[in-house]
Amino acid sequence: MKPAPFDYRRPATLAEAVAALAGEPNAKVLAGGQSLVPLLSMRLAAPAMLVDINGIPGLDAIEVVTDDGVGGVRVGALARHAAVLASPEVRRVQPLVSLALANVAHATIRNRGTTVGSIVHADAAAEMPVVLSLLAGSLDVEGPGGRRTIPASELYLGPLESSVGHDEIAVSAYFPALAPGAGVAFEEIARRHGDYALVGAAALVDGDSVRVGYLSVSDVPTVVDLSGVADDDLGEAALAQLDPAADIHASAAYRAQLVRVLTGRVVRSARAFAEEGT
Amino acid sequence: MTTKLMGQKVQRVEDQRLLRGLGRYVDDVAVEQDVLHCAVLRSPHAHARIVDIDVEAVLDVEGVHAVFTWEDLASCTPQMAEPLPLLIPHPALTHGRTQYALAKDEVNYVGEAIVFVVADDRYVAEDAVGRIRVDYELLPPVVGIDAARAARTLVHEDVPGNVGARLEQHVGDAPAAIARAPHRLELDLTVERSACMPLEGRGTVARWDPDLNRLQVWTSTQSSTGVRAAVAVKMGLDLGQVDVITPDVGGGFGVKINHPWPEELLVPMAAKALGRTVKFTEDRREHFISAAHERGQVQHIEVGFDDDGRLLGLDVEFWHDHGAYTPYGLIVPIITSTQLLGPYKPQNYRVVFESIYTNTVMVTPYRGAGRPQGCYAMERTMDAIAAYLGKDRTEVRAANFIQPDEFPFDQGLIFQDGRELEYDSGDYPAMLEKIKALVGWDEFPAFQAEMAALGRRVGIGLACYVEGTGVGPYEGAHVHVETSGKVKVATGLTTQGQGHATVFAQLVADELGVKFEDVEVVTGDTRRMPYAVGTFASRAAVMSGSAIHLAAKRAKEKALKIAAEALEADEKDLQIVDGVVSVKGSPGTSIDLGTVSVLSNPLRYAFDEASKAATQFSVGDPGKPPVPEDDEPGLEGKDFYSPERATFASGMHAVIVETDPETAEITILKYAVVHDCGHLINPMIVEGQIHGGVAQGVGGALYERMAYDESGQLLNASFMDFLMPYVTEVPDGIDIDHLETPSPLNPLGIKGAGEAGVIPSAAVFAAAIEDAEGIVITAMPISPSELYALRLENS
Ligand SMILES: Cc1cc2nc3c(=O)[nH]c(=O)nc-3n(C[C@H](O)[C@H](O)[C@H](O)COP(=O)(O)OP(=O)(O)OC[C@H]3O[C@@H](n4cnc5c(N)ncnc54)[C@H](O)[C@@H]3O)c2cc1C
Repeated sequence: MKPAPFDYRRPATLAEAVAALAGEPNAKVLAGGQSLVPLLSMRLAAPAMLVDINGIPGLDAIEVVTDDGVGGVRVGALARHAAVLASPEVRRVQPLVSLALANVAHATIRNRGTTVGSIVHADAAAEMPVVLSLLAGSLDVEGPGGRRTIPASELYLGPLESSVGHDEIAVSAYFPALAPGAGVAFEEIARRHGDYALVGAAALVDGDSVRVGYLSVSDVPTVVDLSGVADDDLGEAALAQLDPAADIHASAAYRAQLVRVLTGRVVRSARAFAEEGT
Repeated sequence: MTTKLMGQKVQRVEDQRLLRGLGRYVDDVAVEQDVLHCAVLRSPHAHARIVDIDVEAVLDVEGVHAVFTWEDLASCTPQMAEPLPLLIPHPALTHGRTQYALAKDEVNYVGEAIVFVVADDRYVAEDAVGRIRVDYELLPPVVGIDAARAARTLVHEDVPGNVGARLEQHVGDAPAAIARAPHRLELDLTVERSACMPLEGRGTVARWDPDLNRLQVWTSTQSSTGVRAAVAVKMGLDLGQVDVITPDVGGGFGVKINHPWPEELLVPMAAKALGRTVKFTEDRREHFISAAHERGQVQHIEVGFDDDGRLLGLDVEFWHDHGAYTPYGLIVPIITSTQLLGPYKPQNYRVVFESIYTNTVMVTPYRGAGRPQGCYAMERTMDAIAAYLGKDRTEVRAANFIQPDEFPFDQGLIFQDGRELEYDSGDYPAMLEKIKALVGWDEFPAFQAEMAALGRRVGIGLACYVEGTGVGPYEGAHVHVETSGKVKVATGLTTQGQGHATVFAQLVADELGVKFEDVEVVTGDTRRMPYAVGTFASRAAVMSGSAIHLAAKRAKEKALKIAAEALEADEKDLQIVDGVVSVKGSPGTSIDLGTVSVLSNPLRYAFDEASKAATQFSVGDPGKPPVPEDDEPGLEGKDFYSPERATFASGMHAVIVETDPETAEITILKYAVVHDCGHLINPMIVEGQIHGGVAQGVGGALYERMAYDESGQLLNASFMDFLMPYVTEVPDGIDIDHLETPSPLNPLGIKGAGEAGVIPSAAVFAAAIEDAEGIVITAMPISPSELYALRLENS
């Protein structure tokens, strides 16, 4: 469990980092390392070069955005899960981010792992890609051609595959604010505390609109529109649009049952949230 | 007199060191030196013939020092190229097989060692492994007990039916008794594989000293003397040329009693060949696929009983999956077949097992070593009888208990040590009363009804076991009083975190009359105690504890003799308190044990003030030899303890669980343990053992399994997917009560406690889930996904 040899760069600016990536087609960005380093150690990935972005100043900002009409929070590429989870602004502006982050891994991993890294890593079992998708947020990336914004709906292509180019660095993720009167909820079932979920669900209820995002159900983060569905039919309506698979931890039938149960639970609590405001 | 330390909750002397990161494990040995590191090319296939191994691409890799395949082994010694030892032969093991240190021409599980690379560091060694090309001819793999029994393909072509051994034992005539019985039941049960999973994996360091012509080996083992003998034999060295030292060990739980591991031979071989210190540190994936697993069994039970649930005949047949090889013989299935009886007397009992081959990692003892499966078989049977008769589950058990006045009780079988299965002592009815009180057995139905009214499902389970502990053949101890008065104690078995340095020091402090702080204990170092067996089978306290007690007694006798002469008093009037020998009633007449130690060693030369007292013009009767004929210089005591048979500890566990009606998640509401290991040396340490055992038991019952696919790939060979419970999955509080029925077999009246906590878990959780759900549970472990499937089947 030792990585294969690789070159290591620790640029001091974003421009240098982008240049380093451009110069080596088989380079990878290193952020918190909580997903990448295990892959290297097990030699499931063997990039020729790591471009460590931890030395670039200013990337760890967590900012409330108010001047874009909707409002939201912008989370920098080096903001650790723990910092985002601890941020009162994030909790106030978009509580779903905090609710979901509490389910991401364990404290020690949250201390290193970055929220943006998790979004780029595109694991369908991860919480933050689903949250970004459900909220219709976006990711800002910088590459040789400059900066562009990728909407969440265009971000996820397949298992562990995002539309961030290999020569691009994600600089921040943008989570739109919770609209007044809307409600959110998050719940997941994992085998052990802190594990990746067997199934997780995040709900966003805004007036008549009811949308639920799922993790560990498909290859990619999946959002289902359940607006107008009667309460008793929520689970089945969701399942009609999903096709949960089996793995060594859960049968497909059990995952389907969890979809049923969690869909009902998160929609109910999101409604309660909308009514009570917390 | 100072108070006795036996029975006191003495703080562990190990903890400061271990918890502050100051422990020294094998991987910490020789860190600051120029050490070579190893990596192993392991089979990616469960069953294949090796056609060709091409190491060409590795030979010129910078930093690679040596590459060994099977063909190179004979250049060390011919026996190095022979299969590894079959440690515990048994007449019934007609088709025992062991692997080679490096595979010869066939591999039989994913993970089997094929090529051994030694390099500057582990990174380079792994790079090199990646460049080696092996051509395989794939053979069909045999995975799982059903496939092995069907025997459409064979693991070893010369082992018909994949059966390594078949063993039957019986008392009375069970089939006839069952046929005559008023009631009969049949059960089919399964238990899946799990593994010990110590946080520190395997590891070995070796250094050959050409000046001394000696080999030094550090290894993370449960038997230093075993590894020493194996290394000496395989390398063609005399025992006296090999030292094996076991430093701190980060957990064993059984897997490290198997030896020698291939690397335990390859590392010393490479060290000698290269003239360098060589280190192998196993990584986690290697531990999953190339160490050992346990537990997998399929069981068929037939039982006949009367109206009270009393057993009239019990007939058990089971299939034990021992994986690809049988280095540890039949120990695990023999223990299942005998310890299955627990605290009960079945009157007529027949047990037959087949120990069978599969193309998976081999099976050697894991804490409990076959008992969890036996307990599961018996306790599931008890629950089935109670359900059938509509009786309380505790009543059926009570009807079958061996009674306190029936000890010693001979079960009429042969145990794992080749001796009779004869229980020495116990009080099962008293224990049942205690566990019922502790868990609230009688109050539970009311609680269950109350919860049901709220739409919640709760269930209670109970399981009993008896554990043969402290098996022979022997352990020894050496107690040495230094001239400083400090006491150095050595015993040969190893320590993997149990707290031996604490409890053994307690025993010495009590027996010798010295301060606890003045006693220092060394374990697992063949230089200090070359005769020893090992730490397994809950035997360290019983075996080494007894030996240390006896050795301390000898040291004390000698101290009193010398002190009596020095003080011109009668030995009988002397006492030793806090390291000072004095005449009872006249504390002024005294001599320090350190001074006694000085006097015990007549000297020609003085080196300091203290030793002047022992030189030839100061001591001794000129008319007698300075060292009497029947004596030796030095204040030491050495003794061995070798019991006739094992001593039998016992216990009962009860658990209350809640199952989620929607998600089938299983939550532990209460866990209670009553435990009897005879006299307690240190109740805190015993409770720690129980806590750890219960935690492992929770893992085995609710979380862990070895997920092999049909091609023999282990799909969950990491801590991401092998669900060892975190502290958050283990019950917050475990209620513990003790019973102390002393063993008559050893001077301290103690019994083993190391494995107990894990034995009844599969049984007790199956019972509680069954009670909560009203669904019969026959397969363990059980996950929420499986419980949900059972609900669908039963609805
Ligand atoms: C034991 C354990 C449990 C875990 N449990 C969970 C869990 O329950 N839920 C969960 O969501 N996650 C979990 N994780 C993963 C954790 O959240 C990771 O931190 C996260 O997925 C990746 O963030 P990172 O900063 O560590 O990224 P890294 O590991 O450094 O990188 C991950 C990938 O993203 C790329 N990348 C990272 N940042 C950027 C960037 N700014 N621009 C471009 N590419 C980038 C890297 O090149 C790499 O391919 C767990 C991890 C561990 C070790």
